[in-house]
Amino acid sequence: MALAKRSFDAVVVGAGGAGLRAALQLSEAGLSVAVVSKVFPTRSHTVAAQGGIGAALGNMGEDSWLWHMYDTVKGSDWLGDQDTIEFMCREAPKAVYELEHYGMPFDRNDNGTVYQRPFGGHSQNFGERPVQRSCCAADRTGHAMLHTLYQRNVRAHTLFFVEWMALDLIRDASGQVLGVTVLEMETGDVMILQAGATLFATGGGGRMFHSSTNAFINTGDGPGMAARAGLPLQDMEFYQFHPTGVYGAGILITEAVRGEGGYLLNKNGERFMERYAPNLKDLASRDVVSRAMATEIKEGRGAGPHGDHLMLKLDHLGPEVIDKRLPGIREISKKFASVDPVKDPIPVVPTAHYMMGGIPTNYHSEVIAPRGADKEATVPGFYAAGECACASVHGGNRLGTNSLTELLVFGKSAADSAIRFLKENPGHKELPTDAADRSLARLARLDNQKNGESVAEVANDMRRAMQAHCGVFRFPDLLAEGVKKIRAIADRATRTGIRDKSKVFNTARIEALELENTIEAARATMVGAAARQESRGAHDRADFHQRDDVNWLKHTLWYKEGDRLDYRPVHMKPLTAQTIEPKVRTY
Amino acid sequence: MHFRIYRYDPDKDEKPRMQDYDVQLDPHDRMLLDALVRIKEQDDSLSLRRSCREGVCGSDAMNINGRNGLACITKLADLKEPVVLRPLPGLPVIRDLIVDMTQFFKQYHSIKPYLVNNDPPPEKERLQSPQQREELDGLYECILCACCSTSCPSFWWNPDKFVGPAGLLQAYRFLADSRDQAAAERLDDLEDPYRLFRCHSIMNCVDSCPKGLNPTRAIGKIKDLMVKRTV
Repeated sequence: MALAKRSFDAVVVGAGGAGLRAALQLSEAGLSVAVVSKVFPTRSHTVAAQGGIGAALGNMGEDSWLWHMYDTVKGSDWLGDQDTIEFMCREAPKAVYELEHYGMPFDRNDNGTVYQRPFGGHSQNFGERPVQRSCCAADRTGHAMLHTLYQRNVRAHTLFFVEWMALDLIRDASGQVLGVTVLEMETGDVMILQAGATLFATGGGGRMFHSSTNAFINTGDGPGMAARAGLPLQDMEFYQFHPTGVYGAGILITEAVRGEGGYLLNKNGERFMERYAPNLKDLASRDVVSRAMATEIKEGRGAGPHGDHLMLKLDHLGPEVIDKRLPGIREISKKFASVDPVKDPIPVVPTAHYMMGGIPTNYHSEVIAPRGADKEATVPGFYAAGECACASVHGGNRLGTNSLTELLVFGKSAADSAIRFLKENPGHKELPTDAADRSLARLARLDNQKNGESVAEVANDMRRAMQAHCGVFRFPDLLAEGVKKIRAIADRATRTGIRDKSKVFNTARIEALELENTIEAARATMVGAAARQESRGAHDRADFHQRDDVNWLKHTLWYKEGDRLDYRPVHMKPLTAQTIEPKVRTY
Repeated sequence: MHFRIYRYDPDKDEKPRMQDYDVQLDPHDRMLLDALVRIKEQDDSLSLRRSCREGVCGSDAMNINGRNGLACITKLADLKEPVVLRPLPGLPVIRDLIVDMTQFFKQYHSIKPYLVNNDPPPEKERLQSPQQREELDGLYECILCACCSTSCPSFWWNPDKFVGPAGLLQAYRFLADSRDQAAAERLDDLEDPYRLFRCHSIMNCVDSCPKGLNPTRAIGKIKDLMVKRTV
């Protein structure tokens, strides 16, 4: 049976911030674009971003993209590519102004400009003192941004495939990407979307961890599809634990709480961050704060009957500031912690939050897949942006606010690159005859699997293994055991079974397909972590306490085939600025 | 805990039925969505939408013991047993708790939900005072979950003609934006016996909004603007 096929100039997979920004650029350029999304666009996880967009507008005092660049390189613990970081920090103000012109409801200063708040790791004059760089809409910045971008796409008549799931990449013998296979959830129908340019903006994979700030949909779909198509994943061992997830619930409490003047306390009521980061204190970068919190808990200074969390105090800001700048946090605290932060501190604990790694790209958002000695070789017709990509602007640790900046800047640059490619390569290449075979085989297996293990059980085991073996602190024996465990779980993921065989909105089938993606992201994370013998950014090894620039100032590449690792150099040379040389990182 | 859930799979069911579930909850299960995830682990055929599990994405709106709400921010402790769950009323059911939201989004799209400003954009941001910006509070926070529109009798009767509370709240969000230049066109579009004036201030929308927004007030303000421009 021949599958239905539709052809477009460009197909964008994912309708969060990066996907919508890219789609807008492509639609407004007059190209035919299809945007595929598992959920209605405004339900994408960008909606949950709270604190702001990092951009050196200088509305609150002097600022410069060079300082933003310095902070980002230092925040990345020198693993970030300095050319992509320069590109992002230089383009950031333009991206924010553009978003404002689209109608984004930013908070305002008395003079009418966009209000900016302080955020972790962002500083004036190369680390001297905190700077106000985060452009925000209360503590609902992601929500406001996602809706604004969707609204602008409504105006541009962008075509959406809502509640369709992309299954696999289609590549021809030369390696060029020619589109994706997709599944319509409502009907169970499979179709080929042929594309001159294919752009992944599928978001993160936080659901690989047991306790995560991430939405249910964040299942590492882009990395999973890329890995199955033979492409590498980069720096996956760098996974960010956000310092402040609600204890017991995992819901994110924005760093903006600390940006606006809140701080962390241990069980003795001590503001312990003063000991770990004397200069920026609670506004040190996230890896530093999360490690400090984990150390406090480990050394017996955690709060609560089990001594397993810390307290985030903000009542001293007063109800007026809290209701104006942090209304969503008050709502979340009341609902998920039964605490009104106007009166009492919020119980918080470091929680899995952000995937620094992903599909490797350059600053044009072209996907990189080394060929032989050419470590910078790109995959024709394939682009990635946002959390699913590794540009790499975040390196070993992402600074707060830089994720939204990245979505805007690289969503646009991916689309611009696609537009250039389409101009030089008009029309569609012939699809290989086996274009949909992998996807159809995956679906057939699920339909025919007898006595398969439950998807929920395998997924829960994966999450527990990741949490126990690949957390804030990493130990060599636990990592070695973790690799064995995750390989066994990956094997089980190929034998899952679903009882629901309906064609109509079969969410059991969707969850089984998602697990096949998440497990690839999880395996890359664990295997990469076991191999990297140093401590850098979010990757903290008990047996190698120091950063090792001689041996490990390099990007990890993980390949599904053979569970194999390779490495490629970090781009130390910016586009126009001077190289920021590695040095000891203190806050 | 005891649940009674609306089930319908057009692939195999001739008509909808209610199915009973007894679930052993974990002490960490706090919200209705936690219980639904547990039920799905027992019976993978139960279909529902869910994503952020913190009340910002708007996926898991459903009718909970007779009231529309989001499963992820509805506390289990507040629910009377058996907890009766049905799909949002007034929209066609695709399967189980999943409704077809086409009509709802069509109405949202019909109000031109985007900023219209035809001046060439300045080099930097357009200026807006904090007071002007405050006009958008209580409007821009809408998550398009459809709790309001599907609790509105006027929307049940005329989903094709009446914009409904969610769409009208967004219409006012752009009317209230100091940067928007399309007020006249927006009001012209709504000056219609159905699009705006089917609202009879029943206020179910206010009651059901999980974000505490007030569509009725926004609709009143649109009506005020209409009166103002005729005098």
